Amino acid sequence: MTTKYNNVYIDDIATVVGPYEAKGPLKKRFDRYYEDMYFGTDSLESAEIKLMEDSINLVLQKTNKEKSDVDLFIAGDLQNQITSSTYNAGRLKRPFLGIYTACATNTEGLIIGANFLENKTCDNVLVSVSSHNMVAEKQFRNPTEYGGPKPNTATFTATGGASCLLTNKKRKVKIESSTIGSVEDYDQTNPMDMGAVMAPAAAVTINKHLSDLDRTIDDYDLILTGDLGFYGKSILIDFMKNEYGIDISKKYNDCGVMLYDLKEQKDVQAGGSGPVCSALVVYSDIIKKIEKGELKRVLYVATGALFNPSMVFQKENILSIAHAVSLESVQ
Amino acid sequence: MYIFSKIENNKNGDIMEKKLYQKLVMEHRPDEKRGQNAVIAFLIGGTVGVIGELLIEFYSYYLELSRADASIFMIITLIFLASLCTALGFFDKWVKFAKCGLIIPITGFAHSMTSAAIEYKKEGFVTGLGANMFKLAGTVILYGVVSAYIFGFIRLIVMGGA
Repeated sequence: MTTKYNNVYIDDIATVVGPYEAKGPLKKRFDRYYEDMYFGTDSLESAEIKLMEDSINLVLQKTNKEKSDVDLFIAGDLQNQITSSTYNAGRLKRPFLGIYTACATNTEGLIIGANFLENKTCDNVLVSVSSHNMVAEKQFRNPTEYGGPKPNTATFTATGGASCLLTNKKRKVKIESSTIGSVEDYDQTNPMDMGAVMAPAAAVTINKHLSDLDRTIDDYDLILTGDLGFYGKSILIDFMKNEYGIDISKKYNDCGVMLYDLKEQKDVQAGGSGPVCSALVVYSDIIKKIEKGELKRVLYVATGALFNPSMVFQKENILSIAHAVSLESVQ
Repeated sequence: MYIFSKIENNKNGDIMEKKLYQKLVMEHRPDEKRGQNAVIAFLIGGTVGVIGELLIEFYSYYLELSRADASIFMIITLIFLASLCTALGFFDKWVKFAKCGLIIPITGFAHSMTSAAIEYKKEGFVTGLGANMFKLAGTVILYGVVSAYIFGFIRLIVMGGA
């Protein structure tokens, strides 16, 4: 389903990251970074809660808003029962919608928020996401200190919190349209190759978006996927070319590849992942370029592998989804 | 303005045939350096073996222990060192470098238990540490005991228990 919006704008954004992201190529563009993985808390789960809390406080500070100005808070993360989001919602005490589509959570939040604003139900919607490398490792894989060898196709969950305040007042960056994706199943069972799991979902959503709006790839300055990683990126390029005859290679990049320096930071293997991965890249880098007018229109397609460790051990397929948001520069 | 997509799928409901997609994935999947990993694991695993042997010699010579007792002392020493390095936070970095060279020997067993213990300590001594410490090591213990039983049985039948 594709929706066009007339008055949904991005008021401001805030990003907070952990030490590993701060060593990457976007280092100077994050609002705040921490040197260790606990951020002054005494457990990893609390550390992730703090990441999101910091990003929320920062975005409210930047926009001179009080907590009470937030009409609706939409958040999601990777922890069981989206813990990081619910604890922050408890501190914020504003109407709250908790969402989960793994790494596609950020665009899902933006789409829901945009719909509320378009329908004039509220004036300010806060959308937050977070993820923490060690919490995700503990939850989905082995204990963090174990550090078993991983294949080259594995991705690295990013550590960070990102918040975005959406408004119906005119600002420099506009959410112009969105496409809600469908869940795809391409018989993929390898949790160490999420790029291959998610690439079809991204392709289907990009194609739907273009055909629904009768647009071509030339209407966009940049197509960004969430966290396909180095190998998933090349799979998507081939998929789009073979199946739809669309050549995206010249205008396409992947946030998982952009967040880290893949040559220097070998630990990340094929690139970053996690709901915050795409949010960090888009908020810290891409939105600033759109504000300046360097990029006119960007299609931001966050991809999520809806992965449950129990189902993988039961030899079931890993499903995936992708939601797209089109960001436009307002002159 | 809402637009509902009408995109034609093939009869399975998919856009690309799954078999074709699997082929595409395999084309892009990078080769793992299996040979190199095996050599690293062999050399480092071998070094751990040599250290173990030296420890046995050391204990049997200086403490005047029998070889069987000295092996137990050697195992305790390696488990202690591996657990200490895990607790100090650098064993996982060595494991990443050494591949299976440090996981297969007794050091890997100690590491798997200590790493799980550290992870779940915050969730309480019973519900956290106690319940999760054997998360990885439990498999080794269970199948270790089962295979010891089977091989012991074979030994009894074939070699008459000698």
